[in-house]
Amino acid sequence: MNLLDDKDRIFTNLYGKRDRSLKGAKDRGCWQGTKNILKKGQSWIVEEIKASGLRGRGGAGFPTGLKWSFMPEAKEEKPSYLVINADESEPGTCKDREIMRHDPHHLIEGALFAGFAMGAHVTYIYIRGEYVREREALQCAIDEAYDSGLLGKNACKSGWAFDVILHHGAGAYICGEETALLESLEGKKGMPRMKPPFPAGAGLYGCPTTVNNVESIAVVPTILRRGAGWFSSIGRPNNVGTKVFAISGHVNYPCVVEEAMSIPLKELIEKHCGGVRGGWKNLKAIIPGGASVPLLPSSLCDNAIMDFDWLKDNQSGLGTAAVIVMDNSADVIKAIWRLSKFYKHESCGQCTPCREGTGWMMRVMERLVKGEARIEEIDMLHKVSKQVEGHTICALGDAAAWPIQGLIRHFRSELEQRIAERNKVEIKYVAAE
Amino acid sequence: MEDLKKILINGNEVEVESSLTILQACEQHGIEIPRFCYHERLSIAGNCRMCLVEVVGGPPKPAASCALQVKDLRPGRNGEMPEVKTNSKMVRQAREGVMEFLLINHPLDCPICDQGGECDLQDQAMAYGLDFSRYQESKRSVEDINLGPLVKTSMTRCISCTRCVRFMTEVAGVSELGQTGRGEDSEIISYLGASLSSELQGNLIDLCPVGALTSKPYAFTARPWELDKTETIDVMDSLGSNIRIDSKGSRIMRITPINNDEINEEWISDKTRFIWDGLSRQRLDSPYIRVKGKLIKCSWNDAFCTIKEALKGKKIGAICGELQPIESIFALRNLVGSLGGKTECRIDGALFWNKNRCDYVGNGSFADIDKCRTITIIGCDPNFQSPVLNSRVRRAWLRGAEINYFGDKCELSFETICNESSLEKLNKFLIKKDKVINDGDHLIILGRENISGESGKILLEKVKNFCINKNSKFIIIHSGANSVGAIDVGFTSDVGCQKLLESSDVIFNLGFDEMELPKKDKLLIYQGSHGDVGAANADVILPGAAYTEESGIFVNSEGRPQMSNRVIFPPGDAKENWAIIRALSSELGIDLNFNNLVDLRNEIYKEYGFLSETNNLQENQIKSDLDISKFQLKGEIKAVVTKSYFFTNPIARASETMAELDKLKSTKQKKNVISV
Repeated sequence: MNLLDDKDRIFTNLYGKRDRSLKGAKDRGCWQGTKNILKKGQSWIVEEIKASGLRGRGGAGFPTGLKWSFMPEAKEEKPSYLVINADESEPGTCKDREIMRHDPHHLIEGALFAGFAMGAHVTYIYIRGEYVREREALQCAIDEAYDSGLLGKNACKSGWAFDVILHHGAGAYICGEETALLESLEGKKGMPRMKPPFPAGAGLYGCPTTVNNVESIAVVPTILRRGAGWFSSIGRPNNVGTKVFAISGHVNYPCVVEEAMSIPLKELIEKHCGGVRGGWKNLKAIIPGGASVPLLPSSLCDNAIMDFDWLKDNQSGLGTAAVIVMDNSADVIKAIWRLSKFYKHESCGQCTPCREGTGWMMRVMERLVKGEARIEEIDMLHKVSKQVEGHTICALGDAAAWPIQGLIRHFRSELEQRIAERNKVEIKYVAAE
Repeated sequence: MEDLKKILINGNEVEVESSLTILQACEQHGIEIPRFCYHERLSIAGNCRMCLVEVVGGPPKPAASCALQVKDLRPGRNGEMPEVKTNSKMVRQAREGVMEFLLINHPLDCPICDQGGECDLQDQAMAYGLDFSRYQESKRSVEDINLGPLVKTSMTRCISCTRCVRFMTEVAGVSELGQTGRGEDSEIISYLGASLSSELQGNLIDLCPVGALTSKPYAFTARPWELDKTETIDVMDSLGSNIRIDSKGSRIMRITPINNDEINEEWISDKTRFIWDGLSRQRLDSPYIRVKGKLIKCSWNDAFCTIKEALKGKKIGAICGELQPIESIFALRNLVGSLGGKTECRIDGALFWNKNRCDYVGNGSFADIDKCRTITIIGCDPNFQSPVLNSRVRRAWLRGAEINYFGDKCELSFETICNESSLEKLNKFLIKKDKVINDGDHLIILGRENISGESGKILLEKVKNFCINKNSKFIIIHSGANSVGAIDVGFTSDVGCQKLLESSDVIFNLGFDEMELPKKDKLLIYQGSHGDVGAANADVILPGAAYTEESGIFVNSEGRPQMSNRVIFPPGDAKENWAIIRALSSELGIDLNFNNLVDLRNEIYKEYGFLSETNNLQENQIKSDLDISKFQLKGEIKAVVTKSYFFTNPIARASETMAELDKLKSTKQKKNVISV
């Protein structure tokens, strides 16, 4: 498969090497003909996004255009809201960050299109608490847009009133869950809501709301300009377009890069990251989509294709496309234990399985790292993770369970070996006494 | 009309309202779904995950039935009926899983836990849990919090269902409890570590599904299965809350509410719940007579002889207190009547025309609070009169009703549109509202204190006329449990209380303790249960039963007669109140036409038939025969609260718990923050 041509890249200033001001963004094509596109109407935009095959970039991969079409017709008594989820807290993920600090005008223009398409006059961008510089850069870009009349009472002279409000979170992972984000935005404790009602019916302040990821919104202007056909020609069917990947871990040059969807994993790592540390043979496992998806062992990595469907078929997921690479020097059990610890720490404590289960799983993992467990406990851990998965209010329970399930699925022998080694040591001690 | 929808529950086709949740729908059809966080009178939290059910055709995971509405169920691919399963493998495994998670950090200290035997967690672990534990790690422990003298905490047992938080915020109206922390470190704490100030906090004990919040005064005194349970009526306020009194031998161990949607719903006030220690202190357990200025114990015979002597050629008058049942009041009325004396229950000087019941009962009911869009409170502090009633008004406000308040400044747990204290403003308000309010959309809650005297008469007439014009309702809130009942059976005179007391030589005081009676040249007979103001002042004391020690009829503020039951026997020589009067009558040679309680009740029913229909609300027609256009309302509305909430009757004054609460309340600075 060919790599993405430079001409097909949406984010042309991902690395911040060029001018990130409004002028620079305009030079690179942002805000060009915005008014004319808006003139084509709300349903045209929704249809175009539907036709482009854009799937949500936040992790679940739900078709974006379809999501927008769930928004009810604008009514007088209840406003509609667009909320952009910039609470990028998934371990390993740092793609939205680059967009917000280096190419923010894609996001702001995208917000205008998306907001207009769903009849929203106000957009809230909920940015992660730790993203201080990113917030400053984004706020600066928003101010520029207001000053030049691109936002405000008559955004881009289209007659559509549009406000963008940047809200700074307080640094809780759970606030990246869309309903917890809405709660937090309303000033309450960030705890996920029950669904239904879905945000499209009753979201922010009980009004129809759509929550989208930063990247999903930021690619919209380019799709509308270059056409749905262009976007859908990149990648495999049902997995189209460009995608910003963030590769970290044991590669020679960790990076964030925009690539075509469905790029083979090996190519992604070899071409952009200078290969795995110590060569491809030294690869042990990757986590393809941020902390919450099950890992892939090296045996699967050779032919892995980085898109929603292939990874799903292989019992993992694209998630946020944050690839975490582990070579043979990595202790994969300890790595997963660390993720368990993360989820235990970030569980909001609202519903029982997640509140109690994350701690339990973390503690069993803690013992497994040292091998202080019985072989049967591996199965028990798997059962406990199944008891958490699917029984919680939000997906954090699933996210906590999947990495452990992946570990047991692919590295069971290593777990058993560690236990056996530990038992040997203990026997030695007993003999020495 | 209700929107009905057909669904399959466990393969059986049922038709249910589409606005119901799956849990409610299942309950309607006799299918039990375990739950911890769900409570029908609180908002839905959906956090315990115990009520998970399988929705066929939905996502391949169970759904929380407490939050999923029937209308959200989708038909199958080929238009099949939506189907829910509560007994499938998926559901069973989900319940077992949740149960296991709840128990891993729950201490297994049931043998020393007060909730043991009536614990939801215990019961559901038996019904839906596994019989072994796979958890080997250390258990979590949580520091206890001090919530004051009523609610004992053992927070390690908490399962974070947040019922307590929701109750305090939604029903009690004070955001004093909350959940802090995240994940397994989350804890329920009180705001800034303060103790609770709500007068409804005792309900937390019932709400808590585990032993995290238990009753402090009841702690470690009894097990639920050793208690005798008696359903009866509360007399602490004029609401007439339905309660269950649990006793062990001759002792009352605790008081809990019984659900009655028309009256107290599922709540009772702290005074109702924790009053019981007052029932065993300061009790009168023997007759006394005053000899040379000192009260000395005597026999019943001596006491009756003293009264007989004293009555020779003298004029008798009788008054009664607020805790007496209809039976004794009626018996005393007949006794005093045959001796040529007069009786009066309106010690506060309220002048009701007892020919028309509407004048002292109104034409509305407590349940009307739920229906009206505008509620106007006049001269009544709802939280003082009855915290449970107050929570109903608060709920109306939360639902969107407009509340107006006229009266002395007091702390309200809801916001008001109009908050004034003068009668002139009230007059203007009524004229204004007369023009805008739709028919039947308005309810007036009138405090009894403000309809005494001449100005009170005008106020009452104004209110009545307003209600006639607008086809709306009003209720009168009395201070005593049987204030209405006493008027109902005609324990009233046309001369008024003051004159009656002045003109009588012998005063028979049936359990009135709220002020000292004039003593000069008079003989005071006190009959009652507690050694309080009335007894201290008396020349002859006849020890009577308290409300838990005899069966009687009480009529609450809305005019609903209810029958209380005997829980235990009166202490020592004390006797049932009606029986004392009956015995005295035969001593005095008067025939009262009854020899037992059944005959007495038949006598009462002969005269007042509606009292026989207990629990039934009689409809009262408003009549007004006064031309009010000539009169104007003038002056300030009288203050209702003149004494401490915890000391409104002799039983409460004898209670140590109430004294402690009063002390706490007076030292605590209250912040009036209304939680929405």
